[in-house]
Amino acid sequence: MKQAHIALTVNGEAIEVAFDSYKTLLEVLREDLNLCGTKHGCELGECGACAVLLDGQPVLSCLVLGVECADRHVTTVEGLAADGRLHPLQETFADLGAAQCGYCTPAFLVTAKALLDEHPNPTRDQIREALSGVLCRCTGYQQIFEAVEAAIPTATSEAESLRSRPRESEAAGASGGGAPREIKE
Amino acid sequence: MKAFAYVNPANEKEAVGALGPSGPQGPSSDVRDRVMLIAGGQDLLARMKDYIAQPDRLVNVKNALDATITATPDGGLKIGAAVKIADLADHARAAALYPALVHAAGGVGTPQIRNQGTVGGNIHQRPRCWYFRNEEFVCLKKGGNRCFAPAGENQFHAIFGNGPSHIVHPSSLAVPAVAYGAKFRLVGPNGERIVDAGEYFTMPTMQNVRGENVLAADELFTHLILPAPGNVKHGHYEVRYKASHDWPIVFATVILAMNGNTIQSARVVMGAVAPIPWRAVAAEKALAGKPIDAATAAAAADAALDGAKPMSRNGYKVQVAKTAVKRAILQAGGIKTA
Repeated sequence: MKQAHIALTVNGEAIEVAFDSYKTLLEVLREDLNLCGTKHGCELGECGACAVLLDGQPVLSCLVLGVECADRHVTTVEGLAADGRLHPLQETFADLGAAQCGYCTPAFLVTAKALLDEHPNPTRDQIREALSGVLCRCTGYQQIFEAVEAAIPTATSEAESLRSRPRESEAAGASGGGAPREIKE
Repeated sequence: MKAFAYVNPANEKEAVGALGPSGPQGPSSDVRDRVMLIAGGQDLLARMKDYIAQPDRLVNVKNALDATITATPDGGLKIGAAVKIADLADHARAAALYPALVHAAGGVGTPQIRNQGTVGGNIHQRPRCWYFRNEEFVCLKKGGNRCFAPAGENQFHAIFGNGPSHIVHPSSLAVPAVAYGAKFRLVGPNGERIVDAGEYFTMPTMQNVRGENVLAADELFTHLILPAPGNVKHGHYEVRYKASHDWPIVFATVILAMNGNTIQSARVVMGAVAPIPWRAVAAEKALAGKPIDAATAAAAADAALDGAKPMSRNGYKVQVAKTAVKRAILQAGGIKTA
């Protein structure tokens, strides 16, 4: 099989990678770069589960050839946390129950990051539109929209209170580990 | 998907060269199957994964084709084939001059698809017919001897055209392009040619059924050229099951040239009703000389669907198309619709 060999930047790191030339970016990320956070879904552009950022814009990595990514910047969900701290979106998605099975979550996270990078204070309609290409079959979208709003740097007081709500793990720790947990709303 | 050679030409000339050798009659249709262009790849890669397309060579045209939108001397716009659909949807000048086209661009696929998909690709995507997209069905478009729609699941198929293939043209941009009287620039081994959008798409015959347009296998589509719109009112109405993520069931673009409060002349083009963007000349005649009001719109909508021949499961599209035409006309007139 003819191998492609390209240089690109993945999650801020300049790398080189060789792969079978027919592979999609999704396959290169998962199989050749061991970045398995990005998920295979429908493979046809219908579900959005494979979304990554290509030069900052959300695209479907299952519909981009690896060979087309030479000299470009790719951001996957693995690139969101920095200096040992989760991205604010990852915090709010966890805190507000915006993930259930989690399969679509990496795509929602990177797509929401692109939105907040371009529109730091989006409206609900802008959030709805920006995320409309990713399907969730577990939770519905309400918690996801709320989590994105809670991650807005200038979050409203309501969103801020949601965001500052104690996480289940912290609440459990505060109430003595195995004791029944109660989270005050 | 099957392995392929990948070439990355830097300009139009190299790209045409990469399409393969040209004989006296141009390349054989066989070449069209073996050598394919890739721009955004949002359609082609999905077809390759399903083995509907199995090219030996992919020619990446993103670096060879124009990715800009520029003003033309006559006050129109020239849109490069490699312009991303998202960039057209966000283009302020295009939105001011050709709101129906920009409206259509904003409704294509999803934001992720619009970020990667191109204007040229949208116009040249292959049919979304589920028989064509299924490897198991060797239909007319894949060299077989029948279209499976008439006796099959035809709820989204054509209500005009009468075969032999019953696809609906899949491009949302092609319909406003025809309505605005756009021209398409093509280049081939013998230089460029300009084709009217209204003459570009082909009704299926047994001879040409494998393609959807007049583009030769050794030609490239390079630009969508829009004339200055003039004093017109614009309407574009899409009917969908879902707000995003899907092709419209039916849609219509209406362009009305005005003389005061009277329609001087009209262009009415429907999408997803026929194998090509379907111009409704009877509706255009019904609009000429009339004011924009509900009665005029309803009469034009009835005229637009005159002669429709639905199949066993798509009769509903006739009424949906009437509604799309009527609402596009009222929208053009600034009259609020449901």
